[in-house]
Amino acid sequence: MKLLQRSIMLILVLLFASGCASTGGNDPRDPLESFNRAMFSFNDSVDKAVLKPVAEGYRSVLPGFVRTGVTNFFSNLEDLWIAVNQLLQGKVEQGVSDGWRFAVNTTVGILGLFDVASEFGLDKHNEDFGQTLAIWGVGSGPYVVLPLFGSTTLRDGLSRFTLDRLADPVANVDHVPTRNTLFVERLVSKRADLLGIGGVVEEAALDKYSFSRDAYLQRRESLIHDGNPPRSPRADMDSDDSSQLVSSRVPALARIVSGTYPTPALLAELAANAAPIVVTDGEGKPVSVGIADAPLLTRSVGGL
Amino acid sequence: MALVARMLAPLVTTMVTAMLMAAPVARGQSAPEAPDVLVKGITTEVVAIIKADKDIQAGDTRKIVALVETKILPHFNFTRMTQSAVGAAWRRATPDQQKQLTQEFRTLLVRTYSNALALYREQVIDFKPLRARAEDTEVTVRSEIKQRGAQALTLDYDMEKTSAGWKVFDVKVGGVSLIAAYQGDFANQVRDAGIDGLLKVLANKNRQSDSRPKG
Repeated sequence: MKLLQRSIMLILVLLFASGCASTGGNDPRDPLESFNRAMFSFNDSVDKAVLKPVAEGYRSVLPGFVRTGVTNFFSNLEDLWIAVNQLLQGKVEQGVSDGWRFAVNTTVGILGLFDVASEFGLDKHNEDFGQTLAIWGVGSGPYVVLPLFGSTTLRDGLSRFTLDRLADPVANVDHVPTRNTLFVERLVSKRADLLGIGGVVEEAALDKYSFSRDAYLQRRESLIHDGNPPRSPRADMDSDDSSQLVSSRVPALARIVSGTYPTPALLAELAANAAPIVVTDGEGKPVSVGIADAPLLTRSVGGL
Repeated sequence: MALVARMLAPLVTTMVTAMLMAAPVARGQSAPEAPDVLVKGITTEVVAIIKADKDIQAGDTRKIVALVETKILPHFNFTRMTQSAVGAAWRRATPDQQKQLTQEFRTLLVRTYSNALALYREQVIDFKPLRARAEDTEVTVRSEIKQRGAQALTLDYDMEKTSAGWKVFDVKVGGVSLIAAYQGDFANQVRDAGIDGLLKVLANKNRQSDSRPKG
């Protein structure tokens, strides 16, 4: 895994160092098109030959509730890092909410196997350090298709294999066989959740590569802006006027400093969803937390 | 690959929902139904049909296509969708080419929607309150599909007011505009082989899909 990670970093650095020499692409966002196309079809073959069949086997062998538990378990491991990124982006309310999600699902949800937090209205979010960098005004760089890992951009790929990786609980398991088992299990579980979708894209697109690329870039733009991207993201891609972007984001950073947290709105929401919930305190003793104790729990989540 | 698939998952799910929004049905002729009410009504109806129909759940392509054709498609403005997907080249196309483009794109979208809808299981679809003024002639109806282990997938319908009621002219799944995703795809074909080239590729694609069993 280490070797793989280093190879990926090397590819990214080399691509960057090569000045992203144009290889005849037509899209300004995709100067590495011929390299990317080769990787895309390589990944496609690997998926067809190995990953997809394994995921299908996984789906047919394990009952639905087990697969849901596995999906939830890995999803829960992401939530703490998602919370941190929310805070780094100045979204205090969502950050606290995601911290709560992790606390509730890890305890009441038994190590994340059950997603009880969603029942309480603590919705799952999607954040990573690449999105945080984008909010801080860092441009995406060119679109890159990585071997095995698929679509990314220079910015997002570099974040993914540095900070996101450091913050990934699975990557931090010391026992190598356990870690590798978890990596594979997570990969298969995620692929199994997507079975069927590949076929839809296959039948929808004239050119699967450009269709996937455009969809990916639009999707990232939407995730970065939490579903409200500025109009015509295509035009924005070519703009290198980042000063404007940065200045519009300063208030978000300032919010961390001046912070309205813990937010009354969140507390009210939690109180409204008040079933008594049990969490464990630092020493592992169960602590019963009800409406009246909500501020206490919020404080402890805030310390995460 | 998994990442690509993951990114595209919203597209599929969106399509599912998009399909769900169709059906004019014999609703009151007097005042046109509010766009959000319309979409919600169609979604509810189509979901109910899928849940009740064992053949559809088993993947009976013909039945799903029929469902899309009768319930969902009447609420789409295909001419406008094709026009935006083709982009600048649309104006250079002859009326006959425009007609063919619209016809082929419609066939492709029906198939895509049907494939996406066939993936629908028990997901919960929530509608958000419509933010629009009474005089607006273009609105976005927002909904989202709950998914396990992932952020809810948004499904947004861009709709315009016409004399025949509200019509969908774009669907965004997880922030990915279906029309925008086709724009690049179509532009490449037109640049390489002109409008006739695009027509040919579209027609081939539709014929291929006809003869291939759905996987």
